Amino acid sequence: MKVVVDMNKCQDHGQCVFSAPDVFQLDDNGRLAYVSDPDDALRDEVEEAADVCPLQAIRIED
Amino acid sequence: MTTERIVVVGASMAGLRAAEQLRAAGWTGTITVIGDEPHMPYNRPPLSKEVLAGKAPFESLAFTPRASTADVEWRLGTSVTAARLAERVVVLDDGTELAFDGLVVATGMRPRRLRCDGPCGPDSGRHTVRTLADAQGLRDELTRPGVRVVVVGAGFIGCEVAATAVGLGVTEVTVVDPEPLPMLRPLGELLARALHKRHEERGVRFALGTGVFGFEGEDRVTGVVLSDGTVLAADVVVESVGSVANTEWLDGNGLDLSDGVLTDEQLRVGDLPYVVAVGDVARFPNARYDGVPRRVEHWSIPGDTAKHAARSLVAHLTGADAEAGPFAPLPTFWSDQHEFRLQSFGAPALGIGDVRVLDGDPDGDVLVGYHADGRLVGVVALGGHAATTGAARYRAQLLKQPALTS
Repeated sequence: MKVVVDMNKCQDHGQCVFSAPDVFQLDDNGRLAYVSDPDDALRDEVEEAADVCPLQAIRIED
Repeated sequence: MTTERIVVVGASMAGLRAAEQLRAAGWTGTITVIGDEPHMPYNRPPLSKEVLAGKAPFESLAFTPRASTADVEWRLGTSVTAARLAERVVVLDDGTELAFDGLVVATGMRPRRLRCDGPCGPDSGRHTVRTLADAQGLRDELTRPGVRVVVVGAGFIGCEVAATAVGLGVTEVTVVDPEPLPMLRPLGELLARALHKRHEERGVRFALGTGVFGFEGEDRVTGVVLSDGTVLAADVVVESVGSVANTEWLDGNGLDLSDGVLTDEQLRVGDLPYVVAVGDVARFPNARYDGVPRRVEHWSIPGDTAKHAARSLVAHLTGADAEAGPFAPLPTFWSDQHEFRLQSFGAPALGIGDVRVLDGDPDGDVLVGYHADGRLVGVVALGGHAATTGAARYRAQLLKQPALTS
């Protein structure tokens, strides 16, 4: 699974971190860091993370 | 042979999430989504912020529907005028009747309008902010040089629009509200006072403790007359005075429509297991709190309600009798105003009588806790990143707590 975050849209709300903590993290400066090729077993979590992103900045490309 | 059909009435975020979650719950029959706006579902929060400010294009708001919804039938620019739930039929605005096996109510809210004397209509200078068309019209007017803006209502949308207008360089922005402070009811006095100060420091003016009596002007508004007789000169008025549930189409079915659509703890409507409601039109009991049914106009609610309601509806229609636990979402909201953010987890409104500073200082980054019976029921951060991160740390604690009902 390939994950793309539009960093121009992202405003570091961190909602994705609650849904998929293995894929998304906020660094010490509060900026988003993420795994761009997570294991397919995490698909449900990543879909949830994409849903709850207030800016709808997360895209899943298969 | 006929295919089984679920009709979703409302094609905004809640309608889209419902369609996606019906598929995720295993529904393989037809899904028809009907919406009165001409657009595919789009994300509304930026309408009062980034998009109004011109920092993001209108096209950027469109949701990307999940692949599982590729065969969903969208009937856009179409409204549903009536429903006969016992017969499982909805009536469209062209008179067509559409039969359904299951129904999802997702018609949302529309802005409440001020009913007082003065110019009204599309070119009167009076605006609301709910739809793409609303925001487009408002942006066109806010970007005219020298424009004077009066925002009626100091809630989420009013405060955001005022901040955006100042950011656009509008020099005269006045927010009017009958309450003594902005966002007093959702936040309580401590944060409302801090918010008020920040807005004033950034050039927003306030006329508080007063309502609107009427509007001056012939075809276009030229001034806003306050209840105390003061007149504020205005070229543009933004009315952000709450919302009205779009439930008229459900009249005549014996439902409780006194404030949105009353649901049970599975989001079912009127004891009909084949009708559910989602989004901000649903007045549901939250098992996490006191069980009192409430409508919740937070952005997170369409997603939360859709997931639960879709499971309950599909389980009923497919004969799977797996009764889920009661709906018990952890509410969350945010609001971006000027360069600071409000971030909430839990239900601050239920703990407004016992507000304590958990971290920081109201003049800077601050984290505030709201308590009921001495127990933390919600947190709100105001400020920059440090504050909102602090709020997130309390989220797990709020999630773990047992229900408030004794």
